[in-house]
Amino acid sequence: MLAPVLVILALVVAYPMLRTLYLSFTSARLTAFHVTPKWVGLSNYANAVGNTDLQAALARTAYFTVVSVAVEVVLGVLVALLLNQKFRGRAFARALLILPWALPTIVNAIMWRWIYSPEFGSLNALLTQLHLLPAYRSWLGEPGVAMNMVIIADVWKNYPLVAMIALAALQSIPGELFEAAAIDGANSWVRFWRITLPSIFAPLMVAVVLRCIEAFKVFDIIYVMTRGGPVDSTKTATFYVYQEAFTYLRSGSGASYAYLMVLISLVFIGAYITLLRRQERR
Amino acid sequence: MSSAATRIANQGATRGLSPKAVRRVLNALVYLAVGVLVLSILLPVTWLVISSVSSLNDLTNLPLRWLPQKLDFSRFATLLTAAENTPGETFLFALRNSLLVAGTATVVSLLAAIPAAYSFSRLPGSHHPLLWVALSTYMVPPVAIVLPMYGILASLSLLNTPWALIIVYCSVLTPFSTWLLKTNFDNVPLEVEESALIDGLNRWGVLMRITVPLALPGVTTTAIFAILLAWDEFFYALLFTGTIAAKTLPVAIADFAAGRAADYGLICAGGLLAALPPVIIAFLLQRGLMSGLTGGSVKG
Repeated sequence: MLAPVLVILALVVAYPMLRTLYLSFTSARLTAFHVTPKWVGLSNYANAVGNTDLQAALARTAYFTVVSVAVEVVLGVLVALLLNQKFRGRAFARALLILPWALPTIVNAIMWRWIYSPEFGSLNALLTQLHLLPAYRSWLGEPGVAMNMVIIADVWKNYPLVAMIALAALQSIPGELFEAAAIDGANSWVRFWRITLPSIFAPLMVAVVLRCIEAFKVFDIIYVMTRGGPVDSTKTATFYVYQEAFTYLRSGSGASYAYLMVLISLVFIGAYITLLRRQERR
Repeated sequence: MSSAATRIANQGATRGLSPKAVRRVLNALVYLAVGVLVLSILLPVTWLVISSVSSLNDLTNLPLRWLPQKLDFSRFATLLTAAENTPGETFLFALRNSLLVAGTATVVSLLAAIPAAYSFSRLPGSHHPLLWVALSTYMVPPVAIVLPMYGILASLSLLNTPWALIIVYCSVLTPFSTWLLKTNFDNVPLEVEESALIDGLNRWGVLMRITVPLALPGVTTTAIFAILLAWDEFFYALLFTGTIAAKTLPVAIADFAAGRAADYGLICAGGLLAALPPVIIAFLLQRGLMSGLTGGSVKG
């Protein structure tokens, strides 16, 4: 019964991955797939280690991943706590959370690019009309700002998933726990750190690792919003590999960069699977 | 009135504040926060909708007047009319390609994933390591396979055809569906199956006549997640398709947005149309999707 899945995975995952590994030891050109590429041993990897552009791209990816996931978790937990309170319209507010999640990534990217537009953007219009900003700014055109603006757009779409997971976990905490703690004189601050957070910690960690895996390979939102610019300030690792292989057609060195990315993401994947297995055993 | 507010109000009371006043303030804070939350979600999307029905004049008028002078639905007409060499042609072909690719890749993946998930669910132990290997392949970054894939598809003359994406999407959808289906099959009680086995049905018969029908909500959810994943995919689609013969919606919309002098009303209208199917599905099937989303991480 496993055969079909194993055949598919062997053909479209395992074989291409081995082939990427092979390419990483050659000086292959992307478009020359009929020619046997020249074996260059470890020299691609040796070059990659000393490549400051690649290091910068990896550092930007790390920044994007850490900041966006951290904000998503804090915002996600806060919103989950809020939506766990009783108030009128709660069902509506909870349902609304699925809207950013359901919006396709590319649509989210063009929406925010339009909002940030330096000439006609609604963010500029809003801030200047409220006199919070003296003149229109190019939010995606300034090296120090662009990455953070992309992160805002990414967080807007992705924190609802964390909030939904946290909310589901919150709802499964038995109310007696809080009552007992309240009787023992624990204030809400103590109750949050001693009861709420430990109870939602395991599912939250799974969400964190899952988001890290996704954020680490970020490409689409960057491609549409900034194309890696301005001055490479949003060029992430996937974007760097994409350019190496598909703009400069160097699939040999591109493959070696790709494998360095695979090695890094294996750490996250290993963490994800360990966490899931721990939950399975419970 | 929230329970947390009640508790804090009682504490406030012990410090000499009137509990009623504290409660009222906290309640107001909850509603204020909910208001900010709702606006933060709705405003960007509302602006997308407004932009899609505002004329270019209204959109580029400074200072921005926010609401259009009159509603302009011409972009939707343009996008939904297939005249040669127009954005409409690109859009409608992309719509067809997206439907074709997402639908076919989902069907193929589910056909393979259903028996595998059943096997992982019912025969644990012997297969377990393989399940984790399958799950990790779903999370491997796409750069790990994209370079040789390009060569393979090119030498098979499949680049720039819907088949290229159908094949590549199976690499993501198959392990993903296997995992999600397995967690669903786990919830089908063994007793039902055992009595069917005693009645003479073989494993395949049990799977098709008992387990799949019982787990149908989960199977549907899995199919929808798979379709949404394929509908959303951009990286492979950008690299493996180049003309209207195979371009999917995300690539078509990114292309609309690529030009400097692009009509943002048109891009917004295209984005809105592309977002409509997943958004409608998400709201209609909210309950199932939510439990599917959280089910992978919250056990029980």
